[in-house]
Amino acid sequence: MSLLEIKNLGVMFGGLRAVDNFSLTLEKGDLYGLIGPNGAGKTTVFNLITGVYKPTSGTFFLDGKELKGKTPEQISKAGIARTFQNIRLFNNLSVLDNVKLGLHNRMKYSTLEGVLRLPKFFKKEKEMDEEAMKLLKVFSLEEEADVQAGSLPYGKQRKLEIARALATDPKLLLLDEPAAGMNPSETQELMDTIRFVRSEFSMTILLIEHDMKLVSGICEKVTVLNFGTELTKGETSKVLNDPEVIKAYLGD
Amino acid sequence: MKKNIKAVKPATKTSLITYAIVAVLFLIVIIMDATGAMSSLFRGLLVPICTYAILAVSLNLVVGILGELSLGHAGFMCVGAYASAFFSVLTEDTITNAWIRFPLALIIGGISAAIFGIIIGIPVLRLKGDYLAIVTLAFGEIIKNIVTVLYVGIDSKGLHFSAESSMALGLEPDGKNIIKGALGITGMPKDSNFYIAFAILLVTLIVAYNLVNSRSGRAIMSIRDNRIAAESIGINVTKYKLIVFALSAFFAGLAGVLYSHNLSSLTANTNNFGYNMSILILVIVVLGGIGSIRGSVISAIILTALPELLRSVKEYRMLVYAIVLIAMMIFNNSEKTKNLRSSISLKKFAEAKLKTRKGGTK
Repeated sequence: MSLLEIKNLGVMFGGLRAVDNFSLTLEKGDLYGLIGPNGAGKTTVFNLITGVYKPTSGTFFLDGKELKGKTPEQISKAGIARTFQNIRLFNNLSVLDNVKLGLHNRMKYSTLEGVLRLPKFFKKEKEMDEEAMKLLKVFSLEEEADVQAGSLPYGKQRKLEIARALATDPKLLLLDEPAAGMNPSETQELMDTIRFVRSEFSMTILLIEHDMKLVSGICEKVTVLNFGTELTKGETSKVLNDPEVIKAYLGD
Repeated sequence: MKKNIKAVKPATKTSLITYAIVAVLFLIVIIMDATGAMSSLFRGLLVPICTYAILAVSLNLVVGILGELSLGHAGFMCVGAYASAFFSVLTEDTITNAWIRFPLALIIGGISAAIFGIIIGIPVLRLKGDYLAIVTLAFGEIIKNIVTVLYVGIDSKGLHFSAESSMALGLEPDGKNIIKGALGITGMPKDSNFYIAFAILLVTLIVAYNLVNSRSGRAIMSIRDNRIAAESIGINVTKYKLIVFALSAFFAGLAGVLYSHNLSSLTANTNNFGYNMSILILVIVVLGGIGSIRGSVISAIILTALPELLRSVKEYRMLVYAIVLIAMMIFNNSEKTKNLRSSISLKKFAEAKLKTRKGGTK
């Protein structure tokens, strides 16, 4: 059974068909790219499968479980985690707390247990601290654990966002333009990180990216979106040399 | 040595410092009381100071921790005040021991305010920002206005309600009219005292700090910082918003109980349960620093004591009050004082000491 199965997904905003008849199947362990010119609807696809928008047509399944119409919270619990194009960290909280929030639904104690400082609070907090530090070490952020997330440099904020997403123990990780605003050496480092995450956590990753070096470097397969519909899909090297794709990016 | 300093989390340290400040203030009051150095004016301010501090800390949970502007906080205080006063007047003859009656009144006041918090919270928390502020403002006014036209009495047949007059209640001759519309409730036992008020302030502080430094507190602050990201990692936004709203209302209700049982007659007007009060609490919160629980306590003390201390300047009182407000605002937010505060923080102090010690042994 495929891990993610998107069937004819579509959404209308008023009269605008932002995404139409989009289908995609991901197997466990895939590293898949979603590319296309600006405004093609790539992020909208992410927003649809994370429940931010409700699809007006089509449906999608994770591990055979239908997730159409579910809230972002339910979808996160089902096992899809994401990062955002414009980084969305909890800026006033510490780096450690950001990751601990990712653990929110994995290590639980109630509000009352927290307020009364019952033994479970100390036990679970310790577990959370350890687990979060482990993740921070993976992204070499452990030195900054007590730093406010908002004051981290850009590249580290990107990493922290991925760490937070991984803390939810997802089956599928969605990365929305992870290399945006990065210089070539940072991009190179990011590619290593993504590869590492994939092997270390045996993660299935779907990513949106404009940096073709990154896409051709790490994605085995890509889908090209244009005007909300699929233009083509297939192996990265072939797709990127497709004249239709070049035309979509550069115009006639 | 350095490990020892790091072992205490910064968040825990913040709360410990606050507890220490409050404890020292408590001791000062006790000593002043014992040595007879306390004026009757100051004595009269003790319960209001605790009441305002509780109100400010509880509003800070909504404004500073959850990040939503609520302008109806006095409404919850009103519910707590009336519900508990009603209970106390009703049971004054049956439960004669104030040590049993007043805790019960506190529980009743707090819980009824929390219930109102949830009832109002369910529709209101769908809104954001300015809209939420406007609707909470309206709800606060609605509560105050309903209370001023409410008549409640009791006789052998049970409770009677009316929104018209005492006569409309149709009480039996031996019935007791407890809530008398615009005249409010009279004859509450004066159960509030400084010690109970202080104990409740302490409970409020402990709950607020423990909440903030827990799993739920993190979730609440994540909603404040970025709601979309919070949802994306599976945080139940509605649940946590309601928890904060209910908890905040609960403590506002407790403050209401303290307030009402410090008076002999309770009426609702703009200054105690209306718009003015809500804004005053908000001013305390903003002045103490949004999100800073310790700041709320300190600024509650200053702003409650200030108008009384300024009585000597008579008609210029409010003018001076306003100037002090502005001065405090500028002082609190200037870069220089911020730097000063961070430079005298304990961690820096300890680190500086370590450095000099290391230098000394060399």
